[in-house]
Amino acid sequence: MEVNWGVVLILLPLIGGIACFLYPRLVKILGVLTSFALVLSVAGLGWQIKINDIYRHSVGGWDAPLGIELYADGLSLLMLSATALVGLGISVYSVGYFDREDSSRFWPLWLFLIAALNALFLSADIFNLYVNLELMGLTAVTLAALTGSRDALSGSMRYLLATLLGSLVYLLGVALLYHGFGSMDIGILSVRVESSPVAWVALGLISTGLLLKTALFPLHFWLPAAHANAPAPVSALLSALVVKASFYILFRLWLKIFSPISEGVEMIFGLLGSMAILWGSLQALRQTRLKLLVAYSTVAQIGYLFLSFPLAISGVATAWSATAYLILSHALAKAAMFLAVGNILCFGVHDRIAGLDRVVQRLPLTASAFALAGISIMGLPPSGGFIGKWLLLEAALTKGRWDLVVVIILGGLMAAGYVFKVLGNAFTPSSEPHKSRPVPACMEWASLLLALGAILLGFFVSPVSSLLDMGSPFDISGVRP
Amino acid sequence: MNLAVHYTLVGVGLFSLGLYALIVHTHLLRKILAINVMGSGVFMMLVALAKRNGEAPPDPVPHALVITGIVVAVSATALGLSLMLKLNKETGSAELPEDQQE
Repeated sequence: MEVNWGVVLILLPLIGGIACFLYPRLVKILGVLTSFALVLSVAGLGWQIKINDIYRHSVGGWDAPLGIELYADGLSLLMLSATALVGLGISVYSVGYFDREDSSRFWPLWLFLIAALNALFLSADIFNLYVNLELMGLTAVTLAALTGSRDALSGSMRYLLATLLGSLVYLLGVALLYHGFGSMDIGILSVRVESSPVAWVALGLISTGLLLKTALFPLHFWLPAAHANAPAPVSALLSALVVKASFYILFRLWLKIFSPISEGVEMIFGLLGSMAILWGSLQALRQTRLKLLVAYSTVAQIGYLFLSFPLAISGVATAWSATAYLILSHALAKAAMFLAVGNILCFGVHDRIAGLDRVVQRLPLTASAFALAGISIMGLPPSGGFIGKWLLLEAALTKGRWDLVVVIILGGLMAAGYVFKVLGNAFTPSSEPHKSRPVPACMEWASLLLALGAILLGFFVSPVSSLLDMGSPFDISGVRP
Repeated sequence: MNLAVHYTLVGVGLFSLGLYALIVHTHLLRKILAINVMGSGVFMMLVALAKRNGEAPPDPVPHALVITGIVVAVSATALGLSLMLKLNKETGSAELPEDQQE
């Protein structure tokens, strides 16, 4: 019997989350088992896509114009794999991180968040995307408030307001698209949408809403506080997965619907992306607290994702592959980085960069995790981040965009600056020595394995690009003159 | 001006009013209410735009969407209010810290 893996990917974490509510004593086992099963399910879905090229499923047997369709190609599969792999790492880490009381709150929300992410990556319907976006936003906000401290509460309150505003603006765009072109299905819209005032306004609204949720400069104001004050596994999942999800929607809609009618919007994306890289890196260099440094580094790395919009040449997938590579490698590396910082916080109780007291000798695995993740963030070879930035550079050179070449290189140098600022302090004794508490082994290994994943990505370029080619997501065949 | 256009414009008006209130007010309850007003504006537009041409019955799909949207708005409001109460308990004020300084 053929298993419908797409449906499994949505239902499994939902059932797992409900089970975690019902049996709070078993949360850790249930959570880790669900995460394992999700990795296997993604592999199953990948196998099906490899055979059939595209995965399609009409929910409840109702076809596209009336019902909701699930759809997956190489790009969806990449996002689902990132979620499953990073998710497994975060789950293993969380077993050691949370005490019993926090566990019973964390696990149900975390599994619901995974369900929302998976459903989002499988959606082929702009309204279904909205519902999943909201489900993801609400669980993410609750997770960010988990510690209940003053800063966490105000950070997540601001996050909630920003995320709700973003989704409403997006929904307004969806309403206009439906009114103008009579469908919610991305496939149908890609054929019907044509240059007209309704489409332009919808493009503006949908992009603005999603940019706010993706925290692209200058709409990033909510991100540092929310990401830096959350518990370590939550910061990791927010930076690695949640901001990528709203970016994915923009990316997908751009590829399928908006690129033929963009009228220069891609130039604005490129400009904002460049400013995000420079501003985020600059802020990261100025931080004195480790978690804020990593959070601002996320602001900068999000900028890279937007550089491919002005660099894309129709028919050549280089710039788009670069973005896909950067999404995956940043997800792995940033998760590893936040988890490593979580280890340092757990070990020495504080995260002031100047007060890192010989962390390298005392927590060697964690320090290696941070350094390896740093290599990928800087874009040094061999790592996933290097491949992504290299492809981006190649696209920029082909198009003769020297300004973007300068930004890409400058961003890499500044990233090196803030990573080495941390590592330098980690090697030397500090004037205010750490108290030390033991760090559970699963936490150290989880961060190290995720960082190794980001590095290994640099060695497996051809499998990843053949994965991306499945169902040819970057083939903008619907483009009309 | 027919009725559908009229309601659409009112919807846009509500959305803009809500956005304005969200930006200028510092009290969190007002911000949460502002988000709700914006949501109502979008829902009103969806319902109004469902009436495409004069005599034909309205398109039922946007109506179903609005019901889903209301469910989302209710849960978001509940979460917002409980976060506000927690924040109030912790800090003694129902405003975000950076709004108080101004």
